[in-house]
Amino acid sequence: MTHKLRQLVLCLLGIAAVLVMTSCSPKASEGTEIVVGVYGSLTGTDATFGTSSRNGVEMAMDEVNKAGGVLGKQIHVIVEDDQSKPEEAQTVATKLISKDHVVALLGEVASSRSLFAAPVAQQNGIPMISPASTNVKVTQVGDYIFRVCFIDPFQGLVMAKFATKTLKLKNVAILRDIKNDYSVGLADVFIENFKKMGGNIVADKSYSAGDIDFSAQLTSIKSSNPQAIFVPGYYTEVGLIARQTKKLGINATLMGGDGWDSPSLIGIGGEALNGSYFSNHYSVQDPSPAIQKFVGDYKARFNEIPDGNAALSYDAAHILVESMRKANTTDAAKLRDAIAQTTDYPGVTGKITIDKDRNSVKPAVVLQVKDGKLSYVETITP
Amino acid sequence: MNTFLQQVINGISQGSAYALIALGYTMVYGVLRLINFAHSDVYMFGAFMGYYLANNRWVQSRLGTSPASAIVIMLGAMILSAGLGILIERFAYRPNRSASPFTLAFWFGILGAAAGQLIGQSFATLVAGAGIGILIGVVIEKAGLRPVKQDSRLGLLIIAIGVSLFLENGGQQVFGADPKFFPEIIPTTLMNFGSLKVDSQKLIVLGVAVVLMVLLNLLVHYTKTGKAMRAVSHNLDAAKLMGINTDRIIAVTFAVGSALAGAGGILVALLYPRIDPLMGVTPGLKAFVAAVLGGIGNITGAMIGGLILGLAEVMAVGYGESTYRDAIAFIILVLILLLKPDGIMGKGSTEKV
Amino acid sequence: MKKWLFWFSAIVVLAAMQAGVRDVIGPYYFQILILVGINIILAVSLNLINGVTGQFSIGHAGFYAVGAYTSASLVYYGQTSIRAAISFLPHMAQDVVLLLLGLLAGAIAAGIAGLAVGIPSLRLRGDYLAIVTLGFGEIIRVLILNIDAIGASRGFSGIPLLSNFFWVYFFVLVTVVVVHNLVDSSYGRAFISIRDDEIAAEAMGIDTTRFKVMAFVISSMFAGIAGGLFGHFEMNLHPNSFLFTTSFYLIIMIVVGGLGSIEGAILGAILVTVVLEAFRGFGPFRLVNFAVLLVLIMLYRPQGLAGNWRLFRKAGAR
Repeated sequence: MTHKLRQLVLCLLGIAAVLVMTSCSPKASEGTEIVVGVYGSLTGTDATFGTSSRNGVEMAMDEVNKAGGVLGKQIHVIVEDDQSKPEEAQTVATKLISKDHVVALLGEVASSRSLFAAPVAQQNGIPMISPASTNVKVTQVGDYIFRVCFIDPFQGLVMAKFATKTLKLKNVAILRDIKNDYSVGLADVFIENFKKMGGNIVADKSYSAGDIDFSAQLTSIKSSNPQAIFVPGYYTEVGLIARQTKKLGINATLMGGDGWDSPSLIGIGGEALNGSYFSNHYSVQDPSPAIQKFVGDYKARFNEIPDGNAALSYDAAHILVESMRKANTTDAAKLRDAIAQTTDYPGVTGKITIDKDRNSVKPAVVLQVKDGKLSYVETITP
Repeated sequence: MNTFLQQVINGISQGSAYALIALGYTMVYGVLRLINFAHSDVYMFGAFMGYYLANNRWVQSRLGTSPASAIVIMLGAMILSAGLGILIERFAYRPNRSASPFTLAFWFGILGAAAGQLIGQSFATLVAGAGIGILIGVVIEKAGLRPVKQDSRLGLLIIAIGVSLFLENGGQQVFGADPKFFPEIIPTTLMNFGSLKVDSQKLIVLGVAVVLMVLLNLLVHYTKTGKAMRAVSHNLDAAKLMGINTDRIIAVTFAVGSALAGAGGILVALLYPRIDPLMGVTPGLKAFVAAVLGGIGNITGAMIGGLILGLAEVMAVGYGESTYRDAIAFIILVLILLLKPDGIMGKGSTEKV
Repeated sequence: MKKWLFWFSAIVVLAAMQAGVRDVIGPYYFQILILVGINIILAVSLNLINGVTGQFSIGHAGFYAVGAYTSASLVYYGQTSIRAAISFLPHMAQDVVLLLLGLLAGAIAAGIAGLAVGIPSLRLRGDYLAIVTLGFGEIIRVLILNIDAIGASRGFSGIPLLSNFFWVYFFVLVTVVVVHNLVDSSYGRAFISIRDDEIAAEAMGIDTTRFKVMAFVISSMFAGIAGGLFGHFEMNLHPNSFLFTTSFYLIIMIVVGGLGSIEGAILGAILVTVVLEAFRGFGPFRLVNFAVLLVLIMLYRPQGLAGNWRLFRKAGAR
């Protein structure tokens, strides 16, 4: 053979070898299984959120399957990664719906990505339950889109209420994540409510997700002398912010939202976080047997304490299955109606009722970081 | 005034972090004319190696939190990073310019390991997969498929991007995507100069960075290897003709640059104790800007560029709109390049036709 | 006469396909097909700057973003008044007018951005130019993140679905034909001469400034069109779709395909888009394997997959 031809053949052989070696994905056996789609950010900048929610769903579905499945069939979960990219969310949603023929979609954590996938679900008439997207617009896309978490307007109100009524604060500074619509939205709502309740916003600074140095913003905030700093961002940055706040000698109390919730929060923030408060969906310490069992099982299986995303995804998955049972079918329209009628479902993240806007009406808990642990402070109901 | 001074201190410590990473970029660019996008991921790798070393029980029990342990961890991470740098150079960049056996075996081995992990989820299948991959790679290579030697700079750049993607995504799989807390291997005490609060850690970090830069300067300007490195960066072919083993020198350059990146990773992790596999992306980009700012290929330039960038960023964020922080780096870059197209320390070269 | 025939038959074929293709291949593959088309427009236009004119630009995502957001803004905020103005047309025709107006706005805005990037770049060479273009891409993205009216970090939602197979591939055709004709003309020869030896070109009396800027502007205008088509297909826009990694993927497309040739750009765009989708089967190792494949392709076939293969007769190509 000529040299070039030989090279080409070897090349193709190499590629073939690679493809053979690395192609392997278990195929669902339709007919005897109910296929449910989960999409999230398993890689990329928000990889922890996607992994948590996938874990929550998988654990829930395994429980269901072990107990005999639903409607006489086992549940088969197909997980797709959107790489933390918005347009990928749309692509995988399309794939799950039109190629894998899922009966429902579970996802996403980030509102911006949920907004990309929701129109696909709505157009195709497939119910979608978001575990943790808090932006109001998500469920406004259409009547097939639901969520099991509270929405930003409520959460901002919760912390504003807590700040004024319980902590009796007058002057608060804001430090928000400008790249994150969740953070921006929550900050805006908090500001609106806090001012209405007579409070004063002394500074409003921002950072970008991924930043590690906040000394510039904090030094500026320090000069405005706040009693507390509201940091409605993700735990990934909050830990470092707390440390740097203490190092700069700022004595303000730190407050935040459910984005703080993660087993890594205290690991990264350390002692600097003691005395800070944040609103969350549930408290790991809640002595209720259901929650303790959930926490224990999750820890045993995944070797870490479940965060809010995992808990919410767990609830979302169970609500989906419950709705299938109630509707006695996986037919999309009937399933949608059943989900919409969810009332007082006893989830690990609280009693979940889906209201007419397809959002969840449920209380929020305020947690305090004390001695390196999370401790429950109070519950605020809508 | 106090706030201003505080911001200046912030800026200098930020800048020294950028400078350390920028040094590696500029050194590799000097010898290979390559923007090594994978450099920022070696920085991440260094931080993680430090993390694993610091959490290693043997180290913890033998050395505790003494300065000795900090030094061991730092050196260990630097050596491991240098090792990674050498591997990358050997199997990703060298095949492009000279003979490099086992390249295919290396990459197929990695694919095989990934396949093994995917199929079996156990260490045994991973090793088996790697073994099969290496075998197939060796066979195909023996049968005649060799990398094509080409003088394509853009091709090399794409390879660099590929290695970077590989390290980032591989890191997310191997280390886990969740951020980890980097332990405090150097205790920190808050020192007060008047009402200025300075963290002893920041001073130590700055000190170490300066020491490393001085050592680098000594290496490059006062040793034979350094001379060879400078020769290679001037003119690769001429250096070869003068009897310099260019392959070895390039490997050494990568090793040193990567060691610096690894050190940078640990120093930054000390100041900001959160590490994750994507931690190198933004600092890498900014450090690259710093290197270009100072005149790419110029070591002093990289240090100056880093400091300027750190200061400018902190000032902009502190006194202006923090939302534009990422853009600041580039705006400064554009402005300076408009005035000095070859960077601050860059020598404008006349092109002969 | 031949030209009219070509365009007429192309439009007929595309319209026919438009009617049926989505149902034939299913929404998932249809979506990939649309994304491939958009990427082809991006790759071919990027190739004009990098491959043909030899200017190292890695900020294409910035023009893409400008086009996308401009088009979406015009349509979203202007649709009621525009529709009122042309209410005598049937609804479908109104959609077409809206889309074309949006794309036009996107192209012009992106072109202006291209001008803004092209002019400062005139003094810069090689890697310095690369970093500046990268910087501009990032600056544009950060600007978008801060403009509330187009959604900032929340993203821009509610964009009407106006793109479809016909329009995407119609513009693919337009881009390919225009760029090909451009390269085949005296302008093209000027571009190529700048790539091959800028100083010699200057010495021969070619106004390199004019042509470099021209390359940037034309290229960015097409990127703007691609952006508009993208926005009106996804119905949503978010700055995270326009990170510098997107620019990197575009560069990967044209180099893997074969730098300097339109065939290479097309091939590269198709390959990278399809491979990224196909590799979903590798689960968490999707990008790891993609990265390794990338390295291997560049090591073993650095001239790109198309290499020297040419489909169109072309003068002066490498």
